[in-house]
Amino acid sequence: MGGYAFHVWTSWGLSALVLLGLFINAKLTNAKIKREIARQIQREQAQQTTESTKIS
Amino acid sequence: VNPFTIAWNILARFYHRLASPREFYAISRYVTPVFGLLFLGFTIAGSYYGLYVAPADYQQGDSYRIIFVHVPAAWSSLFIYVIMATAGAIGLIWRMKMAFVVAICSAPIGAAFTALALVTGSIWGKPIWGTWWVWDARLTSELILLFLYFGVMALYYAFDERKIAERAMALLCVVGVVIVPIIHYSVEWWSSLHQGATVFREGGPAMPPSMLMPLLYMALGFTFFYGYVLFLRAQNMVLSNERNSRWVRDLIVAGKHETA
Repeated sequence: MGGYAFHVWTSWGLSALVLLGLFINAKLTNAKIKREIARQIQREQAQQTTESTKIS
Repeated sequence: VNPFTIAWNILARFYHRLASPREFYAISRYVTPVFGLLFLGFTIAGSYYGLYVAPADYQQGDSYRIIFVHVPAAWSSLFIYVIMATAGAIGLIWRMKMAFVVAICSAPIGAAFTALALVTGSIWGKPIWGTWWVWDARLTSELILLFLYFGVMALYYAFDERKIAERAMALLCVVGVVIVPIIHYSVEWWSSLHQGATVFREGGPAMPPSMLMPLLYMALGFTFFYGYVLFLRAQNMVLSNERNSRWVRDLIVAGKHETA
């Protein structure tokens, strides 16, 4: 890289890191939201069963 | 039948489909991987040509190869803000839910690209200009763009009521777009260390094809990456916003059975 290896590879490396970070962040958020909603559904189902047992 | 009417009807139907979070989610499931593949293709080809095939610059040597990440990041930083302003305006005028989602989901990507453009520019400036930073028009206006992105995000998360948050955020998107022409013309209006336009200038690009081609490949790659992550983030936000709706619940339950 003609004496500019540090500058060129730092720039390209940082770019790769930024893209990777955005990608991983989006994927982790997706898993987190799906987990949250699944838990919410479970909670509500548990509540419904306790309510129905109370009524009966 | 008037072809204009047919085209208008197709457009209107597409608009209405995209306007519904559920339809948007369904469409984005198909569009997202296409954007991801286009990003990979263009970026891998652009990196190969930019790092190994393109010749060194006769003045700047190999240091100029920073252009292949710096300029696509800077172009994307402007492009994304224009998309946000457009989406914000559509949301404010026609009360389109999904337009707000597109605007707010674009902001972190735009901020990341703006920061990347500033940092790679700094790394390029040190050996060529002899300084990491100068307070000249191009650099300062791009820094203001970064703060605008932060402002859009901060404004959205400052309100508990989602409808108010969306409208406030969209308004800043629309008003803030004035920075885009200022950044573009800053190198003409004020004297600057930064070089003038090399690609979008009168008389065509002042670059040989061996350097221009990888630059355009990388720019397309970055743009498709923006589209890719935007759709991923928008899917997340639709799921989160619509978590109490029937279709999201069915989707989550079906997904659990799939993985289990």
